[in-house]
Amino acid sequence: MAATETMTLNMGPQHPSTHGVLRLVLELDGEVIVKVTPHIGFLHRGVEKLSEHRTYHQILPLTDRLDYLAPMSNNLGYILTVEKLMAVEVPERAETIRIIMAELTRLESHLVWIACHALDIGAMTVFIYAFRERETVMEIYELISGARMTSNFFRVGGLSQDVPDEFVKKVSDFIDVMPGYLDQYEGLLTTNPIWLKRTVGNGVISAEDAIDIGLTGPALRGSGVDWDLRRDNPYSGYEKYQFKVPTGENCDTFDRYKVRLIEMREACKIVRQALDRLKPGPVLADCPQVCYPPKENVYNSIEGLIHHFKIASEGFAAPEGEVYHGVEAPKGELGFYIVSDGGNKPERLRIRPPSFVNLQAIEQMSVGSMIADLVAVIGTLDIVLGEIDR
Amino acid sequence: MGVDNPLGDNVITTSLDLLVNWSRKSSIWPMTFGLACCAIEMMATGASHNDLDRFGIIFRASPRQSDCIIIAGTVTKKMLPVIMTVYEQMPEPKWVIAMGACACSGGIFDTYSVVQGIDEALPVDVYIPGCPPRPEALLFGLMKLQDKIMKERNSFGSAIGLGERYIPEAA
Repeated sequence: MAATETMTLNMGPQHPSTHGVLRLVLELDGEVIVKVTPHIGFLHRGVEKLSEHRTYHQILPLTDRLDYLAPMSNNLGYILTVEKLMAVEVPERAETIRIIMAELTRLESHLVWIACHALDIGAMTVFIYAFRERETVMEIYELISGARMTSNFFRVGGLSQDVPDEFVKKVSDFIDVMPGYLDQYEGLLTTNPIWLKRTVGNGVISAEDAIDIGLTGPALRGSGVDWDLRRDNPYSGYEKYQFKVPTGENCDTFDRYKVRLIEMREACKIVRQALDRLKPGPVLADCPQVCYPPKENVYNSIEGLIHHFKIASEGFAAPEGEVYHGVEAPKGELGFYIVSDGGNKPERLRIRPPSFVNLQAIEQMSVGSMIADLVAVIGTLDIVLGEIDR
Repeated sequence: MGVDNPLGDNVITTSLDLLVNWSRKSSIWPMTFGLACCAIEMMATGASHNDLDRFGIIFRASPRQSDCIIIAGTVTKKMLPVIMTVYEQMPEPKWVIAMGACACSGGIFDTYSVVQGIDEALPVDVYIPGCPPRPEALLFGLMKLQDKIMKERNSFGSAIGLGERYIPEAA
């Protein structure tokens, strides 16, 4: 009898379905996966180290570029942590707009996820459809912040500026049509035999294993664990909103797909409720030690100009201490941990990215399956290398 | 034109340079090679709203089939050897587009791990500023590359050993 041995195969970092620059070293028995070893660090940009040399306001643009599919969620996570450290109260209008943008970001992130996930599995049409809707979200981003992706819109204590008048109508129109588009995707995928063959029973991970590994977000809820920070540890006023937290049953790729689709529908409902609650008012806290002054003051008074210069050049001194805050980003729990030594820059900033933790599950999800199924597993984990490597 | 044209409009006379350059610029096939944030805008450019296909630009997953590489994102020191390998695998003629601030100059990431611009390693044809550039900016950059291709002279002749290839300095 001939001896057999396993084969080692390199996948990535240049591979169209590794969602960036992930490198996987596979050990194969024929076409069956025996071992998966992820190699990361191909996009390590030193964000945490850079943060130690910037004032609290200057770190914000770096957070846009962590999970670049959900810039506003990253902004929110960081800003809430600094606000917790500084004990700043945020005006209600600012909180409501933050929730609208965080949920639109969730929609955008999931749209790119469904586009890439379906494209990897071979459904090209969904990619074209989902990017069509993403373009509308990008237009809303551009309307309020001037940038399509790296919005940098939130500020410690509120927002950088109030939203323009057409914002409400534009968001409202989008939320009205979005459920219909979701029906289109479901029509293309949910009962599609090829889609079912590729996703049902693929990438199974039990609830216990998911908790042990530390999965969060849709990857955890797909395994039937009912855990959502927006509901279980509310922040930014999420406790005032009614929404369902979907969970899966079969712990496979198809259930995670269903969870994300329901999440998108719930996000539309949250945005609708937030639009109804939106009242005129200030968008920046009255806290001159920490917040930038309003632009009218900067342009029209010397005191305002000096105030702006002081905040922009040396920032504010944070009290000594340690603070952690986690938010439910589209991919899971995004946490920021700041150690302050009393200066105007953090002594240490640690980011807890959901993708980095979720990537650990790749071995359990794919061992024993075919090499082609690994592509579906990468897609269903919804990783972004920007926040894995930081 | 000074040449009898007995076949009417069915025959056109042109220079070899014009024909070769025209066919090259009308079928720029870039690598599917996303590095970071810019890759998402690159995908958005290729998707329904902007549609690169109308320029004859079709993304290819293999370097052997592509003749343009869009460096879309931050180049780290760990990634640079991989990019070099991919670039060397591409057949001539080939062009490089540096998309975004990171690929042009390192952008906001002036750190120990980031290459301060891909032009430290590859010959860049078009630089596109922005963080990330809008899809329109990428389209404009690709059209600039087309202009540059049209100005090349004797690239076909030099390939079969006749004379030198002339590449314009700037488009």
